[in-house]
Parts: sequence; C-alpha cells; structure tokens
Amino acid sequence: MQSRHDHDFGTPASPSTESVTLTIDGMTVTVPAGTSIMRAAAGAGVMVPKLCATDSVDPFGSCRLCLVEIEGRRGFPASCTTPCEGGLQVRTQSSKLAELRKGVMELYISDHPLDCLTCATNGNCELQDMAGTVGLREVRYGYEGLNHLGSQKDESNPYFTYDPSKCIVCSRCVRACEEVQGTFALTIDGRGFESRVAAGANENFLDSECVSCGACVQACPTATLAEKSIIQMGQPDHSVVTTCAYCGVGCSFHAEMQGDRVVRMVPWKDGKANHGHSCVKGRFAWGYATHPDRITKPMIRERITDPWQEVSWDEALQYAARRFKAIQEQHGRESIGGITSSRCTNEETYLVQKLVRAVFNNNNVDTCARVCHSPTGYGLKYTLGESAGTQDFDSVLESDVIMVIGANPTDGHPVFASLMKKRLRQGARLIVVDPRQTDIVRSAHVEAQHHLKLRPGTNVAIVNALAHVIVTEGLVDEAFVAERCEPASFDKWRAFVARENNSPEALEAITGVPADEVRQAARLFATGGNAAIYYGLGVTEHAQGSTTVIGIANLAMATGNIGRRGVGVNPLRGQNNVQGSCDMGSFPHELPGYRHVSDDTARALFGKEWGVTLQEEPGLRIPNMFEAALDGSFKGLYVEGEDIVQSDPNTQHVIAAMESLECLVVQDIFLNETAMYAHVFLPGSSFLEKDGTFTNAERRISRVRKVMPPLAGKADWEVTQALAQAMGYDMNYQHPSEIMDEIARLTPTFHGVSYDKLERLGSVQWPCNDEAPEGTPTMHIDEFVRGKGYFGLTEYVPTDEKVTRKFPLLLTTGRILSQYNVGAQTRRTANNAWHSEDRIEIHPHDAEERGIADGDWVGITSRAGQTVLRATVSQRMQPGVVYTTFHFPESGANVITTDNSDWATNCPEYKVTAVQLTRVSQPSEWQANYKRFASQQIGLLKAAEARAKV
Amino acid sequence: MHIENLVHMLNQIEAFFAAEEDRDVAIEGIRNHVARFWEKRMRDRILAHLAAGGEGIGPLARAALEHLAQPKVA
Repeated sequence: MQSRHDHDFGTPASPSTESVTLTIDGMTVTVPAGTSIMRAAAGAGVMVPKLCATDSVDPFGSCRLCLVEIEGRRGFPASCTTPCEGGLQVRTQSSKLAELRKGVMELYISDHPLDCLTCATNGNCELQDMAGTVGLREVRYGYEGLNHLGSQKDESNPYFTYDPSKCIVCSRCVRACEEVQGTFALTIDGRGFESRVAAGANENFLDSECVSCGACVQACPTATLAEKSIIQMGQPDHSVVTTCAYCGVGCSFHAEMQGDRVVRMVPWKDGKANHGHSCVKGRFAWGYATHPDRITKPMIRERITDPWQEVSWDEALQYAARRFKAIQEQHGRESIGGITSSRCTNEETYLVQKLVRAVFNNNNVDTCARVCHSPTGYGLKYTLGESAGTQDFDSVLESDVIMVIGANPTDGHPVFASLMKKRLRQGARLIVVDPRQTDIVRSAHVEAQHHLKLRPGTNVAIVNALAHVIVTEGLVDEAFVAERCEPASFDKWRAFVARENNSPEALEAITGVPADEVRQAARLFATGGNAAIYYGLGVTEHAQGSTTVIGIANLAMATGNIGRRGVGVNPLRGQNNVQGSCDMGSFPHELPGYRHVSDDTARALFGKEWGVTLQEEPGLRIPNMFEAALDGSFKGLYVEGEDIVQSDPNTQHVIAAMESLECLVVQDIFLNETAMYAHVFLPGSSFLEKDGTFTNAERRISRVRKVMPPLAGKADWEVTQALAQAMGYDMNYQHPSEIMDEIARLTPTFHGVSYDKLERLGSVQWPCNDEAPEGTPTMHIDEFVRGKGYFGLTEYVPTDEKVTRKFPLLLTTGRILSQYNVGAQTRRTANNAWHSEDRIEIHPHDAEERGIADGDWVGITSRAGQTVLRATVSQRMQPGVVYTTFHFPESGANVITTDNSDWATNCPEYKVTAVQLTRVSQPSEWQANYKRFASQQIGLLKAAEARAKV
Repeated sequence: MHIENLVHMLNQIEAFFAAEEDRDVAIEGIRNHVARFWEKRMRDRILAHLAAGGEGIGPLARAALEHLAQPKVA
C-alpha cells in the first residue's frame, strides 16, 4: 500500500512541453499533452475511481473502474489509458457510470475476504475505499461460488507477506517490478480464473529473484502484499519525511510512525533522488535502530582489558577531555586527532573537523572517504576543478551510451540502478568495465554491448587504450576541446595516449581484454550520442585510483561529454554522506569547501569565526595516523561513526595501532570492532534520532529529521559539542540548523543553503548560492570550475601487488545488495536471510584445480595474513580472480588485504590482493584469536550492564 | 613512520608525475604534492632520510625533496 501522505495521480506525468485544454465535469483544465484524463482530473481535484492504475507505472486499463464519458464519443473509455485532447468534454460521474462501477466492484468483492475489520490494511486499502466510493451495498452473486479465499499465504520474505486470497489481479505489483525496479521477478501465472501473481518460476518470494525492493508492496491496492510490520503493529498515525542512512543514492522516505515508534519506511514520491523507489535496505532494514545491542550509556575504562564502567555523560566527557589534554601536554599538540564518517550528517562531520581544528588545534582529521572515494576528490579537482560528480541522477534518462566502470550499481546503488536500467530498456547502450560479470552486464531486458572483463589492477591501461582509439581514430570532439580545455595539456595528453604502448593491442596482454572489443567500445562511447560514465570503488580503491579518475575525466572532456544533461562523470558514492563528509572539510588538508589549509584567506575566515588561530600544515590521514601511533607520536583518537578496525585494510596493522593508543574514544550506536579497543565509549544516535542533512552522490542536500528521541539522550552533534566544551572551548549551538547557517556563511558553494530553503524545495544540489539560488543539477555547463579543463597524463604503472607462484590468484572485494559495508546495521536486521556470511567466489576452473567444491571451507592466504571462508563456485568470476565481501567481522576479509594504497590519497588497494586458496577444515589462527577477543570484550560489556542494573 | 613506506609512497608519486616529459614540471608536481598532502612528521622523516643518503628514493623525487626546503605551499 502507498503512503497515505503521497497523492496518487493515477498515471505518470507527461514530459510534454505542449499543453492542451479540456473540460472535466464542467471545469476547464489545462495539462501537458499526453496527460491521461485520469491524471488531469486528479490535478483538478476530481478523483476518478481506480484500482489498476497508480502513478508509478504506465496505465494498464484492466480494472474498468475508471470509466468516463466523453461528449460525442461512444462507449465508456478508461480514463487511465485515454489521453487528454484539446476541447474534450469529460464527465466522470453519471448514473450509468455509477452502475458500471458498482457492477465491477461487485465482481471484485465476490471473490475477496470480507475481513476488513481485522485486515492489516484496514484504514489504508484502495479496494475498501473504492467499495465505499461506488456505494457498494450488496453482492448479488453471493460468496459461495468458486473463489480464491482458501489460498495459502507466502510468508517466506522476512518483511512482507503475499496473501493470494486478497489479490484482485490488477498487475500493479508485476508492473512495478518491471517498470520501477526492473527485475521482472513477478508475473501473472495462469489464465482467466486461475490467474495469480507468481514470483519467479512459481517459487516463494524468498527463493525467487525478487530483490525485496518493496515496489510491489507499495503498489498493491489491497492487503495482498503487505508489510509484516503493518500486520504486527497496525496503521501509522503520522509521517515524517527523512533521508535514508545507507548508500550514496540518498533516498527520501516517509518514516511512518505510531508515536515515536517506526511502523514502516515508505519511499517518498517527491524525493528527487529516488522518485518513490527504494531498495531492501532503506525500505525494510531499519530495525537495527532499536536493536538490543544498542548501547545507551556512556562508558569508560583505564585499559582495554578492564571492565567497562557505565558513567554519566558528564563524567565520560570529562574523562575523555582530561586524557586528551594530558596527552597533548605530554606529547604535543599533534599527538591527537579525530575520524568522522560518511554515516554522519553534514553538521556532525563539520563539528568533528571543527573540534579537531579549533579545539585540538591541529589538522589531524580524516573521514572514511579516505578508504573509498578520496581519489575522486583528487582526480576531479585536478582535471575539472571540483571534487564532485557532474550530474543529477535523472540525467541518465537522457544518456545514449552508459559506461559503468568498477561499479556494481544493482547491488551498491540499487535505486539508481533501476533508473539506469529503465534507460537501457529504452535503448541506451551499455559498456561495462569490470573483472566480474556483475548483474548489470546481463539481466532482464538489459545486456551490455561490451563487457571489458579486465584483470584487476589494470583500469588505467584500459582507460588509456580507450583514449588511444579516440585520439588515433579522429573521434575527439575538437570544437569542445578547443573551446573548453587547456590546449597545452590537451596536446601533451593527445601525444601521450597516441603512443603505440597505449594501444589496445599493446595493452591486451596486460588487461586481458581483446583489443577489438576495446576499439569497438571506444567508438561507441565517442560516437553513440550522449555518453555518461558512472564509476565506483572498482576505480578508486587501487594504487592508481586517482590516475583512473583523471583518465575518466580526460575521456569525458575529449569526447565533449560533459557540461550538459545525459553525459558527465558520475562517481557512485558508497555511503549516504561520502560527498557531504568531504564537502565539510573532514580531510586533513582541506577546510570546508575544499580550501587548502595553507590558504591564508580561508584559514583567516574560519579562524575569525571560531575565535582561534588555525594551523596551516596538513594533518595526518587515517593510514598515517596508524603509522604515527605505532611510532609513538600519535596517542589519542576520537572516532565518530566509523569502524576502522573492520573496514580498513591489513587488520593486524590497524589493531596494533589501536592498541598503542593511550586514549581511544569511540562514538557509535554499537560496540563495533574499533570500540573493543576503546577507553571511552560515547553512545551515538541513529538517523532516526537526530536532525541534520546528508549530501548524496549527485551533490543533493536532503534533510534528516528526528522521528524519535535519541536513545542515549544526546544526538551525535550534541556529543561532539559537549566534548568540545569539556575541553574548554565554547561551542554552543542550539540546533543543527545553526551549524548549517555557519557552514553557509563560510562556504561559497553552500552560501544559499538553509533549513528553510530545504523545507521549501525538499532538497537542493550544491553549488547553491547567489548565482544558483535553487542549486545546480549539472556542473561545468559553460566553463569548468577551474576555468579550462585540464588533461592529466595517466601512465599505467602496474601495482606492486603481483601474482606469484605462491600467491597465484587476485582477490577483489566488494559488497552485495542486502548487506551494507561493515554490516553493523544490516547484520542486525532480517537481511541476513539473503546473506548470512561472507563467502569467497571462485571460478570453476580454479576451484577444480584446487579440489574445492561449492560450500567447502577455504583458506585464503595473502602476504598480509590468512582467513577462512566458505566457497561459492561461480562463472561470474574470470579464471585467476576471486572475490569476497567484508560484511561480517569474523570473516576477516581485511586480514588479507594489504597496506598498498593510491599514490595520491592513500586510498587502500582493496581491489587487488594476491592470494592462494586451499581447502581447509578449521578457522584461521586469526579467526580463532578474534573469536576469543570479541567474546572477552562482549563479556566486559555485559558485565558493565549487569553491574549498572544492580 | 616507517621510512620504507614513505619512500614507497614517494616513489609512487614520482611514477605519476614522471609521465610529464618536462623534468622541471614533474619535479614541481612531486614537490607540491608532498607539500600539500604530507604531514610535517612525514616530511621531516623523509627529508632526514634524504640527508642520510636517501636510499631508495627515485631521481625525480630526490630532486623534488631538495626543492622542499620551504614547506609552505606555493
């Protein structure tokens, strides 16, 4: 069922710019040409009865309830499938129409349970509403005939039930799965009376290819597909619009509430990032917010082997402040720092960097974007002048060629992937550059024209080979380059990529991609119309991550595919606020708005506002912090919302660094892996418990709204503020809106942003200032932010992580649809039904060579360490390459990843680790030690909770 | 700060800027990168290593470090 707070116009809006005028029930109505009569009527406040129509899918015309009369025309056309024409005179009500509609409803209700009072959708059921609307008072046919009332429910999906007895076969669910989600998991099975909705090949929902996005549930006009939370709790009493806390798509949701209890999350139709669509995480996996593992009391301890002590907020903050100050007195100003997270709001991140810069008085602040998209920041600033993607998501609907490099959007950014697949079904062509056969390569009604299945670590070589073809075959957009780009840099780049050593033929042995395939892909990209590049961590998490980003920007500029809709360079950000956390100055070399700390003017501006003198030296990045901790010059760390022990590479190295700290303060909602090494635990708040903003991958700033009080009594921004106060700094905001006001005052690209504006517009894409008061969907339209576009030279340098006889396979890591990053949130939901463990994917050839069968326990050894996972033998892999996810701490995926990192940013090279696989029968030594340590730490936590209860 | 790691990182930076045929431009690129992104402890450590002979440092990176006398960014 839809949210009661979204208006349903019955059919989608027409994109036409021409308008037509007609009369509906005597009212003159003007609408875009192509608008259905149903939608035109709805816009005029006339709700034509309907059941099979909803504005998220194309009209179908099956229910025969929306019939209307049109002057001068015979019969009773369906208003959902009849487009408006100039001069039409439409009547939506007449005695004949009433009779027809009542007859239709009689037939529906004759095969429908009459259990409205105990039905889950009582109060929000379109069938019930329509029965009321048409004035149904009796069913002349009786209820004893052949019917579906005894049909069995399918309750296999953890989040919703399918009750065929309540199905009216309107096909809204099937069409939503096809048109909105693009999975085509549902169908109408059988004919005539036997017609029923079926998942997959008549499987249950859980076992089918259904991705549990919830689109079918939302589209259902009855209780046939209903959320289990609604079944358990009943209908919500109010709704608050907020922003999802998972991936970088940043979907808007109605948090539908009973008091301060979430009943369900329903995607907001007016959300500009998601247009009413969602994925399994945002739609359903929010139960972690009230999971019993939540810690709601501050805790302290002297050593990490000591039991935790629950203390008051004041005591915990004073303790942390005292220890931080003592460390600085003894070891110097630079001996402490902070790490913030892309899971934090803009306002929280801004406060963390302000705490570090103004109170710690150094620049030792970093964010988890370090380990994902820091090369994007570097590479796009280097070439285009701004560390951000160039488009809005809707731009993809105007693309003719879509190149996906090192991204798995159907798993990592599923709602955007649905939009992309929609465009691909309309005829856009697809190039995928990825070592694996991800789902986007071939799925229902989508097939890549070219899948460049390269070897991990050779992105730069492929990008250079594509550029070589474009340059040497005369495919450069010379006019664009001459007008928009630096000629000297272009000339150098042209000569560089034209060298024979950059040809697809010369690089074939390195990349493993047939030269002819590369040539065809390059020609398609350069000549196929609007060409857009979407990329992810498969680009950035390499030793040459920044180089590839530069190469991608070069490709876009050389072909003139930047500065308008349908084209551009689009980083798909991993977490919801990666863009925002970077914007907010959480890198150690940059103040908010990407101004270098050595910039005297910028430093003076912030220094004056904050009442301090700021340091001009860049601070430590996360991996540098680890190094400095191990050499004894870095002793104190404040970590908000980030789990570096699980997510950063070479776990043993990270743990050694954590163990060497004198004071580790962790602020989180759970006792995460990092918190097990902490001396102070400050309980955090989930996205449901605080106000703020997130900035998604398209630079869209959206509101996060508090729907329940913080379980621990303080929102995260309040905790950071209290820590600053405890250290003697006067930080005194009353509400996050005041923090945003300060950001807007100090940051040119945010000058026009305010909570009032976000309230008015729903969301806004930065830059938002006097030049663009309502934001900027497309960047670099007339000129690049840096003026002329800069072509960087991108020499391919092989990674140091090479295969050898000892380590003959390349491991690459990633994530899947149902789990999210370190899994702290999704592991505490029913999403485990789809993915309850990390597994190692291996090609059948490599598996057979090692005697490994599907499901076997496999030891994975790299130069950094060893772990053990179960095997999944899969044709998705190419021979020589294996893959795993990193969602479960006990997997130890990062025990085997190495310290190798991007040359420019130190972003870890998660995507290339040389390994060997062997069948084993027991966990690795690391896993055994981890189990012991984690058990001990959880014991210390439980003991503290038990003591506090006494 | 393990000097081996710093030398490795420095040589990675050199490998990027070495694509630039103009040696002076490449050296300036390396110098600026280190000045803008390396924390002072890292710079001090690598400069001390350079002063001690600079074992393992590539030729362009070596020249860039020699230009790094002024830590303030240009």
